Amino acid sequence: MARNATPRQPVVRTARRRGPGAKEGSLSLRDRLRSWWRHHLDSARDALIRLAARPVGTGMTVLVIAIALALPVGLGVMLENMRGLTQSWQGNAHLSVFLKQDMAEDAQRERADNWKAWDSIRRTEVITPAEALDEYQQMSGFGNALDALPDNPLPPLIIVYPEASDPDALDALSERLGEQDSVDQVQLDVQWVRRLDAMLDVGERLVSALALALALGVMLVLMNTIRLAIESRREEITVVKIVGGTDGFVRRPFLYTGFWYGAGGGLMAAVLVQIALWWLSGPVDRLAGLYDSSYSLASLHPGAFVLLPLFAGILGLMGAWLAVGRHLREMDPRFF
Amino acid sequence: MIEFDRVSKRYPGGQEALQQVTFEQPAGELTFLTGHSGAGKSTLLKLIMLIERPTGGKVYVQGDDLNTIGKRGIPYLRRRIGMVHQNHQLLFDRSVFDNVALPLIIAGYGPDEIGRRVRAALDKVGLLNKEKLNPIVLSGGELQRVGIARAVVNKPPLLLADEPTGNLDPELSAEIMDIFKDFARVGVAVLIATHDMSLIARYPHRLLSLSEGRLITDRPEAVHGA
Repeated sequence: MARNATPRQPVVRTARRRGPGAKEGSLSLRDRLRSWWRHHLDSARDALIRLAARPVGTGMTVLVIAIALALPVGLGVMLENMRGLTQSWQGNAHLSVFLKQDMAEDAQRERADNWKAWDSIRRTEVITPAEALDEYQQMSGFGNALDALPDNPLPPLIIVYPEASDPDALDALSERLGEQDSVDQVQLDVQWVRRLDAMLDVGERLVSALALALALGVMLVLMNTIRLAIESRREEITVVKIVGGTDGFVRRPFLYTGFWYGAGGGLMAAVLVQIALWWLSGPVDRLAGLYDSSYSLASLHPGAFVLLPLFAGILGLMGAWLAVGRHLREMDPRFF
Repeated sequence: MIEFDRVSKRYPGGQEALQQVTFEQPAGELTFLTGHSGAGKSTLLKLIMLIERPTGGKVYVQGDDLNTIGKRGIPYLRRRIGMVHQNHQLLFDRSVFDNVALPLIIAGYGPDEIGRRVRAALDKVGLLNKEKLNPIVLSGGELQRVGIARAVVNKPPLLLADEPTGNLDPELSAEIMDIFKDFARVGVAVLIATHDMSLIARYPHRLLSLSEGRLITDRPEAVHGA
């Protein structure tokens, strides 16, 4: 019987009222929003309680995430520390200006005083060939051998401390000094610092790549963990679907589970990095002390204790979303 | 309430589960759906729940063509249908109350309204004093009644039951049937799939009988029965 072609037979029973239960939901938007919010709170709390109920399993997953996150974060902090170190070294940059061998000591001092008047030079230091030889003899242990030399082979030297320490200013100053009379050679003593700096750039890229790979790893670990959680609640999901639960309703508790795992792992990672920094700070301080430096390790920014859990929580959320999405498609009610 | 218009369902393997099935069930009617295993009872129920889609014909629920309901609309259709299962499908990680409350939580009712409706539903099936228990301590008949309470707590206009008395002795089956009859009396369309012929023999309700996917009998209430 085609529905529209033939009118229905007037059966007595169809004359009855339509039956209870409105076709459209009888709930106001406000009620719906309130219940939606309530379900979020319930899901978040319930997910946390479920995790707390299995402390060992949860702890191990959290630790895996924490280690995977602590590795790039820790390396990043170390690189940042070294960067600070090279900057402070660059601040102490100086140029060694070697003068022609035959320059007299008076002329050397006069030259140094002249240069000191330049705007770009903070101060100068004169090292005469005799002083240099003296120092060299003491430090090298070649004392007697050097005595055998007929002449002092060391050139007069002026050490120039510049006002500015950025590479361009140093290069300009180095060039200008090189053009001066009786200057034999100008040596910039920050070349290696710049090389180190460039190496740190490479290191930073590597850490970024590592962070990306490990973040992906964290997401996969969480996907798998959530998959197991879904498996253990398969029955519940089926019932929820049969009584009219939306995909969002089914998904919600697992999203919170993923978020808590991630956030817990992130927090733990921040703590691990901070512990590692404390552990290293003793030896680093001692080392800095030996170099007469007041350098000390920078610790983790306090914001990291919020941002890292947040970031990892979002990773967990995404992992959970992917895991549940796949299972929602796979799992349709198998009831009959 | 439910209308099948030349509905066919062929599964991907080529099996013809339903062929040209046409019938109409008005509100307030209790109908038995019978047939051997594999005759198409389950498929028919699945089509009403939109667990499966027909390969031909149209299914209407409350006048809505189910073919026009998309994936996102399925949960809302299911909220209009109460489903009772042979193995009751209760969750043993929560109390009787929480089991029955589930459809209401999903539909978004507030705690007060949930409490009121759950107690009304449990009272209806005579289990008001068991709301705090875990379903695991209940008997088979009681479990089935909790399942019914959950199916009707949202006051659906349509109640489907798949072998609801399958695991119960005749006395308990009679109790369950009385409950279904009460719902039909207040205007709910009740469709009971069963192969329990003794049950069907005892009740004079309308009978739809399927064989190899075809509707072979449609006996109205007055003609059939004791």
